[in-house]
Amino acid sequence: MTNIYLAIVLAPLTAALIAGLFGKQIGRAGAHSVTILGVGASFVLSAWVLWNQFVNNAPADNVSVYTWMVTDGVRMEVGFLIDRLSALMMTVVTFVSLMVHIYTIGYMHDDPGYQRFFSYISLFTFAMLMLVMANNMLQLFFGWEAVGLVSYLLIGFWYTRPTAIFANLKAFIVNRVGDFGFLLGIAVLLYLTGSLDYAEIFGQAASLQGETLEVVDGRPWSALTVACILLFVGAMGKSAQVPLHVWLPDSMEGPTPISALIHAATMVTAGVFLVARMSPLFEYSETALTVVLVIGAITALFTGFLGIVQNDIKRVVAYSTLSQLGYMMVAQGASAYAVGIYHLMTHAFFKALLFLAAGSVIIALHHEQDIRRMGGLRKYLPITYWTSLIGSLALIGFPGFSGFFSKDALIEAVHLADIPGSTFAYYCVLSGVFVTALYSFRMFFLVFHGPERISDDARGHLHEPPAVVTGPLIMLAIPSLLIGWFTLGPVVFENFFGRSLFVLPAHDVIRELLPEWHGPLDFVLHSFASPVLYLALGGVFVAWYLYLYKPSIPEQLQARLSWLYGLLDKKYYADVMAEQVIPAGGRGIGRLFSQVGDVGLIDGLAVNGSARLIGWFASIARRVQRGYLYDYAFAMILGLFAMVTWFLLT
Amino acid sequence: MTIGLLSLLIWLPIIGGIAVILLGGRFGSDRWLSLGVAVTTFVLSLPLWAGFETGTADMQFVERMPWIRMFRAEYFLGVDGFSMPLIMLTTFLTPIVVLAGWEIIKVKPAQYFAAFLIMEGLMIGVFAALDALLFYVFWEAMLVPMFIIIGVWGGEQRVYATVKFFLYTFFGSVFMLLALIYLYLQTGSYSILEFHQVPLSLNEQILIFLAFLIAFAVKVPMWPVHTWLPDAHVQAPTGGSVILAAVLLKMGGYGFLRFSLPIAPDASQTLDVLMIALSLIAVVYIGFVALVQQDMKKLIAYSSIAHMGFVTLGFFIAWAILARTGQDAGIAMGLTGGMVQMVSHGFISGALFLCVGVMYDRLHSRDINAYGGVANTMPKFAAFMVLFAMANAGLPGTSGFVGEFLVILASFKANVWYAVLAATTLILGAAYTLWMVKRVIFGAVGNDKVAALEDVNGREFLLLGLLALFVLALGLWPAPLVDVMNATVDNLAAHITQSKL
Repeated sequence: MTNIYLAIVLAPLTAALIAGLFGKQIGRAGAHSVTILGVGASFVLSAWVLWNQFVNNAPADNVSVYTWMVTDGVRMEVGFLIDRLSALMMTVVTFVSLMVHIYTIGYMHDDPGYQRFFSYISLFTFAMLMLVMANNMLQLFFGWEAVGLVSYLLIGFWYTRPTAIFANLKAFIVNRVGDFGFLLGIAVLLYLTGSLDYAEIFGQAASLQGETLEVVDGRPWSALTVACILLFVGAMGKSAQVPLHVWLPDSMEGPTPISALIHAATMVTAGVFLVARMSPLFEYSETALTVVLVIGAITALFTGFLGIVQNDIKRVVAYSTLSQLGYMMVAQGASAYAVGIYHLMTHAFFKALLFLAAGSVIIALHHEQDIRRMGGLRKYLPITYWTSLIGSLALIGFPGFSGFFSKDALIEAVHLADIPGSTFAYYCVLSGVFVTALYSFRMFFLVFHGPERISDDARGHLHEPPAVVTGPLIMLAIPSLLIGWFTLGPVVFENFFGRSLFVLPAHDVIRELLPEWHGPLDFVLHSFASPVLYLALGGVFVAWYLYLYKPSIPEQLQARLSWLYGLLDKKYYADVMAEQVIPAGGRGIGRLFSQVGDVGLIDGLAVNGSARLIGWFASIARRVQRGYLYDYAFAMILGLFAMVTWFLLT
Repeated sequence: MTIGLLSLLIWLPIIGGIAVILLGGRFGSDRWLSLGVAVTTFVLSLPLWAGFETGTADMQFVERMPWIRMFRAEYFLGVDGFSMPLIMLTTFLTPIVVLAGWEIIKVKPAQYFAAFLIMEGLMIGVFAALDALLFYVFWEAMLVPMFIIIGVWGGEQRVYATVKFFLYTFFGSVFMLLALIYLYLQTGSYSILEFHQVPLSLNEQILIFLAFLIAFAVKVPMWPVHTWLPDAHVQAPTGGSVILAAVLLKMGGYGFLRFSLPIAPDASQTLDVLMIALSLIAVVYIGFVALVQQDMKKLIAYSSIAHMGFVTLGFFIAWAILARTGQDAGIAMGLTGGMVQMVSHGFISGALFLCVGVMYDRLHSRDINAYGGVANTMPKFAAFMVLFAMANAGLPGTSGFVGEFLVILASFKANVWYAVLAATTLILGAAYTLWMVKRVIFGAVGNDKVAALEDVNGREFLLLGLLALFVLALGLWPAPLVDVMNATVDNLAAHITQSKL
C-alpha cells in the first residue's frame, strides 16, 4: 500500500518537475499531457483508496516513509495516515484538480507562461496531498506552507501586473500570520506530549485535559485550549476567517482556474480539514470550540454582505467562498465535523463550477470581469448558463441540489449545539442563507439576464468557449446537482468517518439529528417546513426585484444609505488596516530602529563617537609634542615654576 | 612522519595560495590553479565525512605533537560533530567563491584567489584546532586575508568598512586571549579539552565567559555589536560577502560551543537571560531594521544577523528548559537547531549574496530601486532567487526551516514568550525577504538597464544550482547532518547541565 500512497503524491510532483524544468523541450502539448497524466493517475488511485476504505472497510493505514531526523529522542518522520477522512479529501482534491487541469488547456491557451502554469498547478496538487495525507504535525506544516508557496506563485502568475504581485505578497504574509500561530500550536503539542505524531498526540489527548500552561504568570490556562486556539489561528489564515480573510478576495488576481482550484475548492478548506483532523484535541476544549464557532459565524454572515456590493464577477464568488468557509467552520465549532467536511465536499464541486463558469464568461468576453458590462448572456453561452444556474442553486441550498443537503444539515446541527456561542452562530448562518441567495442571484441575473450591456468590442466574437472549457463545467455540474441524494446519508448519518473523527458524546449533535433522518427524499420534503428554504427564496426574489424588475432601486438605496454602502465597499476597513495601517506601522518601527538605533545610537554615538573621542584626544595630545624646541623649553619652565611654587607653599 | 588529513586540509590551500601568488599567472591561469587547489581540498575533505564515526563524541582524526615547548603549546588537531560539518561547509564553499570571481576580478586576480585559498586553510584551522594557542593564531590570522579582500577589491567606502571590521573583531579577540592565558595558568596546558574539565569558581567563570562573549558576540554578530557587518558586506566583493556570511559568522557560534558553554557552564547559566535577550533582540529588532533597507546587501546582512539570533537562542535556552520542566528534553534540540541553522545559513546567505553579485555584475547597483521586473529578462535567475528567498524566509522543505523549527520548538519548553518572539520571524522574515523579491524580481521591466539584462550564464547557473541542491536536500532530509552531530550534542548537553562549582 505504501507504494500506492507514494505514487499518489509523486505522480503530480514528477509531472510538475518535468513541466517546470523541461517546459521548453516538451512544448505546450507535452506540458499539459504529462501533468494531466500525473494528476489523472493520482485521482484514479485516490478513488481506489476511497473505494477500499468505504466499500471494503479497509482499516486506517498509518505508514512511515522515511525518517526526516531524530533529535533529542524525538523521531520526526514523513508518513501517511490514510483513513476515511484523508481518502475523501484526496479524492476531492485530485478530482477538482483534474478538472481544472483540463479546463486550463482552454483558459490559458494563449498565455506565454503555459508550461509554467501547468507545472505550478501540479505542484499544488502534490502539496495539498502531502497536507491531507500527513500522519504527523511536521508534514502537515510542510504541506501547509507548500500550498501557501504555490498559492503565492499562482496569484502572482502574471508577475508584470502590479496588482498581482501586491496581492501575492499580501496573501503570503497574512498566511504567515496564521502560520505563526500554527507553529506555536505545534510547539505546545510537542511540549505536552513529546511527539509530533498524530497517533501519539491523540492517544494522550484525554489525559491532557487537566494540564495547564501559564502563558501569563500566575494564570494557568488549559494547555489544550491554548494549543487548539493556536492551531486555529493557522486555520484562520489558510481558510481566510475574519480577520485574516483579507488576502482571499485579492487572490483573484491570479488566473481563474487557480481561483477555482486553490482559492475555492481545496487549499482554503485546509483550515476546515485541520480542525476536523484535530478533533480529538478540540473536543476536549469547549473554549476553543466556541472560538471556532464564533469566528466562523462572523465570517459566514459578514463577508456575505460584502458580496452584495462587489462588481467584479470573480470577487463576488470570492466573497461567497469566504462566507461558505465560515459555514464550514461553524460546523466544526458545533462538533458536527462530518457535516463540515461534507459541506466542504459539496462546496468544492459547486464552487469550482461557479468559478470555472465565471472564467468561461470572462474568456467569452475577452477578459471582461465587471458584471455591470455583462447582461443577457444566456443566449450566447447556453452551457455556461445552465451550469451556472446549477452551481448557484446548489450554493443557495435549493432543495435537491448538493448544497441543500450539506447546508441544511449544517444549520440543523448548529441549531442543536449547546456550547456557548451556538445561538449566535445559528442566527448568523440562518440569516446568511438570505444573504447568499441575494448576492448569488444578483450576479446571476446581472450576468445572464436583463439588457445587454456588453461593449461592442466584446460582442463581435461572443460564443461558447471550446469543449475543454465546457467539459469540466458539465463534469462538475453533475455532482453539484446530484451528489447529495446518495451521499448525505452514508457520509453524515451512517458514521462514514468512523474513528477518523472524534466527537464526545455530549457534543454529538449528529446523533441528535439522527432520529429525523428518513432518507434524502424525506429530507427534501421536510425543508418546506423550515425557514431556510423561504429565506433562500426570499433572497432570490429580492435579487430579481432589485436587479431585473426595478433596477433603479439599488442606485437609490446606494445614495440613501451611503454610509452603509461606504462601509461595505471599504470592506469594513479591514483592507485599510491590512494594507496601510499595519505595514506602515511596521516600516515605521523599522525606520525608527534603523535610523535611531543602528545609525544614530550604536554607530553614531558608540562606534563613530568613540572613534571621534579618541581622535579629539589625540589632536590635543598632539599639540604638546610637535617637536619644536621652544615648546619643550616653555614646558620645562612652566614645570620648574610649578615645582618651585609648590615647594614654597608647603 | 605522515601528514594527517586535517593538516592536509589546512596546509594544502595555504601553500596552494602562496604558490598562486608566487607564480602570478606565469604558467597558465591563476584561476585554473586556484580552482584546482580548491576542488582538490574539497575532494580531500570527503573522507572526513565518510570516515567520521557518528556514534561517539570523542575527537576524531586527531593529530597531536609538541609545538612550542616553552608554553607547552601543541599542534593539536581533531574534529567532532560540531567542527566537521563546518569544515565541510568551508571546503564546499571555497570552490564556489573561486568560480564566483572567475571573470569578474580583473585587478590582481592572482592575489584575489590566493587570499581566498589562504583564508580557507586558516578557517579550517580554526575549526580543527584543539590547542587554544593554535586556535588563537588561526583566529587572528584569518582576519588578514579578509581585511585585504575587502580593502583591495571592495567598494567605494572600503577603507571605513575594513577599519571598522578590523577594529571590532580585533578588539574582541584581545579579551579572548586574556581568558585563554588565564585558563593556561590554571591548567598548565593549552589543550581546549583540558579547559573543559578544569573546575572554576563562579566569579572566574563569569569573567572568562564575558571575555569570550566579547570576542564571539562580535563575530556572530550579536546586537549591539553588529553594525560592522552591514558595512563590511556592502563594501566587500561578492566572494568576500559569501565567505563572510557563510563561514566567518559561524566562528562566533562555534566559539560558544567549543569554549563558552563547556568551560563556563555555570556562568552561562547565570547569564543565560542576557544571552537570550540579545538573541531575541536580534530576531525582532533586526527583523524590523531589515524591512526598511534599500540596499540589497545590507538587507541580507541584517537578515543574517536575525538568523544568527536563532543560533545563540538555541544554544542558551538549556537552563531555562531545565528550570521550567525539570527535564533535559529539549536542550539537545536547541543545540542541534542552532548548529543546523549555522550550516543552513551558510548555504542560503551565500546563495543570496551570489544572487546580488550576479545582478551587481550586470547593473553595478545594489539599490533595490534600480531594479524591478528582473524576472522578465532573467527567468532562470528569478527562479533561483525566489527559491533562496523562500529558504531565507524559512519555508519547510528548504534548509532554512529546519534550524528555526527546532529552535522554536525547543524554546517553547524554556518559556512561552521566547517562542512567541522567535516565531515572529515567520512574519518578519517573509516580509523583508519577499518584499525585496517583489520590488526586484517581479513587476514590469523597471528601466532600460533591466530590459538589457542577460540571464545567468553556465558558470553562474552551476554555482546557484549547486547551492540550490544543498538547500533543498538539507530541507527534505536533514537526518544525515543531524546524525553526525547527535553524539556530540548529547555530550555537550550533559556536560553543561553539570555544575562545575
